[in-house]
Amino acid sequence: MEYFNIFFQEVYKILFLLVPVLVSVAMIVWLDRRVWAFVQKRQGPNVVGPFGLLQSLADALKYIFKEIIIPSSSNKVIFILAPIVTMTLALISWAVIPFSATQVLADINVGILYLFAVSSLGVYGIIMGGWASNSKYPFLGAIRSAAQMVSYEVSIGVIIINVLLCVGSLNLNDIVEAQKNIWFIIPLFPMFVIFFISALAETNRPPFDLPEAEAELVAGYQTEYSGMMYAMFWLGEYANILLMCALGAILFLGGWMSPVEIFPFTLVPGAIWLILKILLLFILFALVKAIVPRYRYDQLMRLGWKVFLPLSLIWVVLTSSYLFYFNLLPTN
Amino acid sequence: MEIDGRMFWQQILRLTTHTDKLMIAHSIFFYTFSLIAVISAIMVTVSKNTVHSVFFLILDFISISCLFIMIGAEFLGMIMLIVYVGAVAVLFLFVVMMLNVAQQKNQWFGSEESSKHIPIGLIISTLIFIELIIVIGGWKYKPDLFDINNSTNNFSLSNTHSLGQILYTDYIHVFQLSGMILLVSMIGAIVLTFRKRVGVKKQSYLKQISRERSEGVEVLKVETNKGVKIDD
Repeated sequence: MEYFNIFFQEVYKILFLLVPVLVSVAMIVWLDRRVWAFVQKRQGPNVVGPFGLLQSLADALKYIFKEIIIPSSSNKVIFILAPIVTMTLALISWAVIPFSATQVLADINVGILYLFAVSSLGVYGIIMGGWASNSKYPFLGAIRSAAQMVSYEVSIGVIIINVLLCVGSLNLNDIVEAQKNIWFIIPLFPMFVIFFISALAETNRPPFDLPEAEAELVAGYQTEYSGMMYAMFWLGEYANILLMCALGAILFLGGWMSPVEIFPFTLVPGAIWLILKILLLFILFALVKAIVPRYRYDQLMRLGWKVFLPLSLIWVVLTSSYLFYFNLLPTN
Repeated sequence: MEIDGRMFWQQILRLTTHTDKLMIAHSIFFYTFSLIAVISAIMVTVSKNTVHSVFFLILDFISISCLFIMIGAEFLGMIMLIVYVGAVAVLFLFVVMMLNVAQQKNQWFGSEESSKHIPIGLIISTLIFIELIIVIGGWKYKPDLFDINNSTNNFSLSNTHSLGQILYTDYIHVFQLSGMILLVSMIGAIVLTFRKRVGVKKQSYLKQISRERSEGVEVLKVETNKGVKIDD
């Protein structure tokens, strides 16, 4: 009986995390389209519900009632598995995100490694989808995205090492606590910029959305997908974008901490601060989508390997020698 | 409260001994993961489609890293996921999909050629089996070789810390050496595969952005009915 109590407790906790994440994914799609529209002096979705807030729900309803078409020459098991993998991986990484010092589903010691591992698995959904479709455009899109995601993961890993040098722990709450005096965005500003751009590339956002470049590859790896399976790819993608924003907020913007520790700000719960920071980063993501043209593929690879990797490596050396010289290395 | 893998399982153990006096939960998880690991390892060799083999290999890696986490080696488990699943297996998959070896494997399986390799495979697998027996036998019959109390392991540290403290003190030279070997092999692989091809058109990034308006655009007076000749 005790087992079941604990089991249900955990299930409740998971539901309390997952339902808001899924709802906010729907809202964030609306926000994305809205910001995009405002930059281009359009209105964007504004018909369904107040300010068009329910547009995503209407879209979801449409996807649910559409027929799922499985191409006859596809590899059926993997074809069906691909969107499930994408969606699952995008959602399980939320387990370690701390919303305040105590509000976290699993406060594991290696939280940041877990996030990094799960985000590096994210490429499989895309490769599986592209390969199983057994069609030219999806395959090309999948290959592009595999190369792109593997390349940019390297620089994200090195940037995370920069932050870890200043923290001395792999626990996400420790990383947030370490920014009590100063957010890491100030001492590590160049790393924040590189992280932001790498996150764009990692989540296949414009200007790095080459895997689904509609002018060249129709819709990339999603070409053969329809109905709910397409929607799952889409949800997983946006959940991943939100996750990257959360990671950026935790690594550089002080996570659930309030910007200043004075009276009116300390009343606001940590979760609200984290959500505000995620939203800020997401609006930046949406703005970039609206104002920057798409990269060419060789430029993308060059940027990843020849610019970001050496820069972030040099920054690791700089950070560690600075910390060592001034005896600031964290000890615990 | 921070939980690492060891503490988590201790909690579950305490719970189970409290109720059943058995390590049921631990065993259930252990057997599930190891069953998945063994079955997927078999499927890697058995499945006809090479891409399926790679996917089973990935499943194998993931369940092995779950086993690592279960014994409290969470750092190793995560590194296993990042390095093997996130990087190595992606390249594997990449190569297998690009080369389209699926058909080749099918032909090879039925042919006469494949039976020639059976003795070699048998020899290698017996060797590995004997090695495993030696290692496990040593563990079983001479436990003081692996006595935990003899090691400098400090259980109050998280396992990332204790790994770091061993790697960067006692084994620093070996660690650096392995890093050097990896670097040399990486450079070697690049040098071996790098070929300067002649006659390939390239876009020079520097040239593209350093183009000025004055050299790109030329304003000409054009006479009517004559046109201009532009040099190409």
